[in-house]
Amino acid sequence: MTARAQSNLVPLALGFGSLIAAILVFEVLIRVGLINRFIVPMPSQIAGAFHRVITEEEIPHRFLVTAREALWATLLLALFGIGIGVLLYRVKLLRDATETWVAAMASAPTVLMYPLFLVIFGRSERTIIMMGFVAGLPAVILKTIEGLASTREVLVNVGRSFKLSEMQLFWKIYFPTAMPTIFVGMRLGMIFALINIVGVEFLINFGGLGQLINDLAERYDLPGTYAAICFVILVSVIFFFLTDRLERWLRPAA
Amino acid sequence: MGVAHVDTAPRQAAAAPLLLVDDVSKKFETPDGVMTAVDHMSFDVAPGEFLAVIGPSGCGKSTLFNIIGGLLDGYEGRVTVAGETVKGPHASIGMVFQEESTFPWRTVTENVAFPLEIAGQPKAQRIERAKHFIDLVGLTGFENRYPAELSGGMRQRVAIARTLASEPKILLMDEPFGALDEQTRLLLGDKVLQIQDQLKQTCLLITHNITEAVQLADRVLVMTYRPGKLKRMVPIDLPRPRSSEIVSSDAFGHYVAQIWGDLREEASRGMRDEETTLQSHKS
Repeated sequence: MTARAQSNLVPLALGFGSLIAAILVFEVLIRVGLINRFIVPMPSQIAGAFHRVITEEEIPHRFLVTAREALWATLLLALFGIGIGVLLYRVKLLRDATETWVAAMASAPTVLMYPLFLVIFGRSERTIIMMGFVAGLPAVILKTIEGLASTREVLVNVGRSFKLSEMQLFWKIYFPTAMPTIFVGMRLGMIFALINIVGVEFLINFGGLGQLINDLAERYDLPGTYAAICFVILVSVIFFFLTDRLERWLRPAA
Repeated sequence: MGVAHVDTAPRQAAAAPLLLVDDVSKKFETPDGVMTAVDHMSFDVAPGEFLAVIGPSGCGKSTLFNIIGGLLDGYEGRVTVAGETVKGPHASIGMVFQEESTFPWRTVTENVAFPLEIAGQPKAQRIERAKHFIDLVGLTGFENRYPAELSGGMRQRVAIARTLASEPKILLMDEPFGALDEQTRLLLGDKVLQIQDQLKQTCLLITHNITEAVQLADRVLVMTYRPGKLKRMVPIDLPRPRSSEIVSSDAFGHYVAQIWGDLREEASRGMRDEETTLQSHKS
């Protein structure tokens, strides 16, 4: 095995090892009674519930519903979040006028606005997608501005010395420079979006995994509830993996 | 402070100037009032000539670089290339910057092919052309590396190759080796001399390094400290082709001493000025 392959495997093994160690610690703490087993189920019970929730609770379908909502929210974030970020970067007056508000919005509990969204979009997937989108929007906007603003002046001067048009300057210099920071914003936006998507599914008892978690919690099926939460984590992992691949494809040197 | 007449080296005397800087002045508004960065500078550069502009820090060298490169407007006077007035960046002038300026997201080949891509050349053709310039700066074998995988000197050679790929009439360099150690600087100087000899490239080098200026140039223009004026034009009558070995010759030492004589006065004035400014800001 090469040194490089070894150096890639070590963090992976350490990550999995830590996860398994944490699961074992919980199992032991619950078994010896240090954690109340009626509040937190044992990891072995959660593992045992997987088969049941997959076969009896339509997990694949619900998983796809939540993934689809997250995908739509992500696409909207990419389109409008990056678009608004670029606009605010380029029009200084707009940026000065709104940047503080956007930053304030990032810390606002937008999930509490769900009744308003229900009135506008009805009890539908659109409400859930829009709630996810709104929650993730500030992070994408702010990181897009930050990425564009971090473009070194000398790179812009190189572009100008080659007589690049404004459009070429943006696509050939500003955007590639800002891309790593924009991807950080997209990842943050996706985290906020997914939290809100599952949260709103839970609150309005509609849609995918959030609704299932609500159902299982109301039935006091705690192992099933935690098993369903694991599938939410899986959605998150898949999206992170895909954005990572996309970033590597767009910017191989990253 | 004596401002000398412009002397021109014998080998360029007969040629019509390719670059003409005619009575150029540039003022900046500062919190302390109007500051004259460049004051009535006039000089010319003949085709194939290598001119070095040297001066102490803060004398307006970089301002002059930006004016000639078309990156700075709002100045008095005129800059022309082959008789054409420079208004904004000009296709005939290729710029190499002091700071690290390679695109980190592009490989060496992609960096060097950048101006050709902008010019709309087909991919196969521009890669072929880029290879030629990569070879010229001695980076063959590193075509697919990213700048982060190269040393500072190699990255600066990529930047030079990228500028050369646009085939400018004038190569304008602003302290391109400023961030490098002395040995690398001398060796890269050799590389620049080789390239200039091969391409018969007209070059204008902005520097604060006397050794570099004498090693490379046909003439050295010494600037005064603030406001930046032409203090003296020193023709360097050293044989070509040159290499870094020339730095150990007596003639080389004579030129270095001569230029340092001019520069020392200006550098001391700059130092005193900075100290006075710092003291006045303290009090």
